[in-house]
Amino acid sequence: MEAALAFVVSVFFAVAIYLMLSKHIIRILLGVSIFGNAVNLSIFTAGRLMREVPPIIPEALQTPDSAIANPLPQALVLTAIVISFSLFAFLLVLAFRAYQELGTDDTDGMRVAEPEGEPLPPLGY
Amino acid sequence: MAAESIDISDAMVIQPTTLGDWMIVAPVGVPILFAAILLMVRHETRLHAGIAITGLLLTLAANAALLLQVLADGPQVMTMGRWLPPFGISFVADALGASLAFVATLVAAVCALYAMKDIGATGRRYGFYPFVMALMAGVGGSFLTGDIFNLYVWFEVFLISSFGLLILGSTERQLDGATKYAILNLVGTTLFLTATAYLYGTFGTLNMADIARRVDAVRDTGPLMTLAVLYLLAFGMKAAAFPVNFWLPASYHTPRIVTAALFGGVLTKVGVYALLRVLVMMFPVERVELSGVIAWVAAGTMVLGIMGALAQSDVRRVLGFVVISGVGVMLAGLALGTEEGLTGTVLYAFHSILAMTALYLLAGVMKELGGSYSLHELGGLYRAYPAMGAFALILMLAVAGLPPASGLWPKILLVQASLESGLPWLALAILATGLLTTIALGRVYILAIWRNRPEGAPSGEPNARPGLGYVSLALLCIPIILLGVYPEPFIRIAETAAAGLLDPSAYIGAVFPVEAAQ
Amino acid sequence: MRTLIFRTVAPYLTSLMILFSVFVLLRGHNEPGGGFIGGLIAASAFAIYGIACGVSPVRRALYFHPMAISGFGLLVSALAGWLSYFFQVPFMTGLWTKVNFLGVPLDLSTVLFFDIGVYLVVLGSITSIALALEEREHG
Repeated sequence: MEAALAFVVSVFFAVAIYLMLSKHIIRILLGVSIFGNAVNLSIFTAGRLMREVPPIIPEALQTPDSAIANPLPQALVLTAIVISFSLFAFLLVLAFRAYQELGTDDTDGMRVAEPEGEPLPPLGY
Repeated sequence: MAAESIDISDAMVIQPTTLGDWMIVAPVGVPILFAAILLMVRHETRLHAGIAITGLLLTLAANAALLLQVLADGPQVMTMGRWLPPFGISFVADALGASLAFVATLVAAVCALYAMKDIGATGRRYGFYPFVMALMAGVGGSFLTGDIFNLYVWFEVFLISSFGLLILGSTERQLDGATKYAILNLVGTTLFLTATAYLYGTFGTLNMADIARRVDAVRDTGPLMTLAVLYLLAFGMKAAAFPVNFWLPASYHTPRIVTAALFGGVLTKVGVYALLRVLVMMFPVERVELSGVIAWVAAGTMVLGIMGALAQSDVRRVLGFVVISGVGVMLAGLALGTEEGLTGTVLYAFHSILAMTALYLLAGVMKELGGSYSLHELGGLYRAYPAMGAFALILMLAVAGLPPASGLWPKILLVQASLESGLPWLALAILATGLLTTIALGRVYILAIWRNRPEGAPSGEPNARPGLGYVSLALLCIPIILLGVYPEPFIRIAETAAAGLLDPSAYIGAVFPVEAAQ
Repeated sequence: MRTLIFRTVAPYLTSLMILFSVFVLLRGHNEPGGGFIGGLIAASAFAIYGIACGVSPVRRALYFHPMAISGFGLLVSALAGWLSYFFQVPFMTGLWTKVNFLGVPLDLSTVLFFDIGVYLVVLGSITSIALALEEREHG
C-alpha cells in the first residue's frame, strides 16, 4: 500500500513542478496547490499506513487495550490543509487583483516593480 | 471521578509552573493577545499605535527576563498542555532563540513607533498594527519553539501576516512584488513541510531535542543527507540565499518603508536561525559534508548580493541587495561550523537585525526630507539636516563593517574563523564584500547626503518634521554603537548560543530532565 | 441567484445552519465536530444569506464587523490558554470544572472556551472574505 501511495505522491510532485515551471500565474497557483496535496499525502504515508481501530480509549480503561492507528499524521495533515487552504485563498485573491491591475498573468510581463532598462546610478557627482 | 486516583507522573508534567516559566510563552502569547485586542478596536485608529507599542514593550520585557534567565540557568522549557515531551509541544528557549527574539522585538517596537507617522488612518483600519503583532507572534514562536512542525506553523503565521503587510495600500507595484514574494515563499514553506514529512517518517518524532539525541542511532538507515539538503534548500529560500534569493529584491522595495524595515531586519534572520537550528544542532555530520556547498552558497550570496546593490539607483533596492549580502556573511559561519564561526554568525545576526531596520527607516526619513528614493534626485541633505547625515554615517559604517559600529566584530570573528579553518578564499570573499558594501553605501551617502542638491530635484515635504524618525533612528543607533565599542557582553551571548548549538546536551537535558539524569 | 424561492428560504436555512453549527461546536466536546468545522458551517450560512439577500443585510444582522468577531475569538482562545497560569500548570493545559446549571450537571473546560474562540475566528475571517468577494460581484 505504501508503494502505491508513494507512486501517487511522485506523480503529484511531477505534475506540480511541471505546472510551477510555467510563466502563467494561474498555472503556477494550480501547481502550488497540487504541491501542497502531494506533501499532505506524503505526511500521511510517512506516518505508516495500517488498518487498526481509531485511537479511542474505551471508557472504563486508562490506556488503549489493543493496537490503534497513529493519530498524529492526521493531525499534522489537517493543520497543513487548513494553513495551505488559507494561504491559497489569499494567493488566488492576490493573483486576481494583480491580473486586474497589471492586465497580465504572464510573469515575464509583470515588470512594474522592477521596470526594464532602469538607468544606472550616477557614476560621478 | 476515578482520574483523581491515578498516578499521572508518567504522562504529564507534575511540577507546578512559576512566573519565570511563563516568560517562555509570553513572547508569543502577549503579541497574540494584543493582536486580538487590536482587531476588536479596528475602527478606533487613534488607539492602535499606543496599544501596539504597549504590547511590544511588554513582549520586550518578557524577552529580556527570559534572556537573563537563560543566560543564568541554561535552556528553559515549557511543554504545552502538561503532556510530557516528546508528546506535548515544547517551547525551548536557549541563548540563540532568546537573544534573537529579544533583538527582533526591539526593532519591531521601534518600527511600531516610526509607523505612528508613516501609517495613516487608512492603513491602520486595514490592519497594519494587528498584522505587526501577528508577525511578531510568528517570529517569536519560530525562535522559541522546540518542535519542528510547530516551527512550520509559526513560519506560516508570520508569512500570512507579512502578506497582509506587503499589500497594505494595494498599488500596482505592491501587487506585482507581493505576487512574486507570496508564491516563492509559499513554495519555500511547502518544501519545508516536505522535509518535515520525511523527517517524521524517519524518526517518528518531531521534537527537535528528541531528534538531536536520536540522530546518531538512525544515521546508518535513514536518508539524513536528503533531509539536510531539503532543509538547506527550504530555509535557504526563506533566508534569501543565492541562487534562491530573487524574490527578495523583487518585493522588498514595494511596501511601505516601515514594513520594509521590519521585513529587512527580521524575516531573513528567521531563515538563518532555522538553518542553524536544524543543520548544526540536528544534523551535525551532514552539515560537515555539506559545508563545501554552503561555503560556495555563502560566497555567492554575499558577493553577488552586493554587486546587485552597486547597480541600483533606488535607495530601497540598494538596501534589498545589502540584506542579501548580509545573509551571505551569516551563512559563512554556518559553512565553517566552528564555535568561532557560529559566534560570528549569531553576532552578525544581531547586528544585521538592528542595522538593516535602521537603514530602511533612514531611507524613509530621506524620502520625507529629500522627496525621493532615487539617487538621481536626492542631494543636499547634509547641509539642510546635519543630524540625519550623522545617523546615515553611523549606519553605513555599521553595515560596511567599519569601526566604531556594530558590523566590525562579527566580520573579524568570521574572517579569523575562515582562516583557521583553511578557507582563505571565504575570508577574502567576506573582506571583498565589506569593500564593495563600503563603495555601494558610500555612493549613497555621497549622492544623497553629501553633494549639493541637483537641479530640478523634487523637494521634500514642505513642513517635514523628522523628529519621530530621529528618535527611532537614535533608539536603534544606541545598541549599534554599543555593539561596536563594547562588544564583550554581546560576544559572550553569541558564544553561549554557538556552544549550545554545537553541543546540544544542555538543550536536550532541559527537555528530557528524567532521561538526562539517568 | 436572487429568486423568490431562494430569498424566502434563505433566512430559515441560515438560522437552521447556525443552530446546527453551534450543535457541531458543542458536540466536538467528546465526539467528531468542533470549533473549526462549526465555524465553517456558520460562515457558509452567512454566505448563503449574503447571496440571497445582498451583503448589507448580512452586515446589519452580524452587527459587529466580522474581523472584530474573529479578534474576539482570538482573545477568547488566548485567554483560555493563559488561564492555566493561575493553576500553576503549563500553557494550554485543559482545566475542567463541574457546574450545576438549572439542575443539569455540566462539564466546563478551558478546552471548550478555546474551541469557542476557534469557532469565532473561523466564522469571522471566512465571513469577511466571503462578504468582500460577494460585494465585488454585485457592486
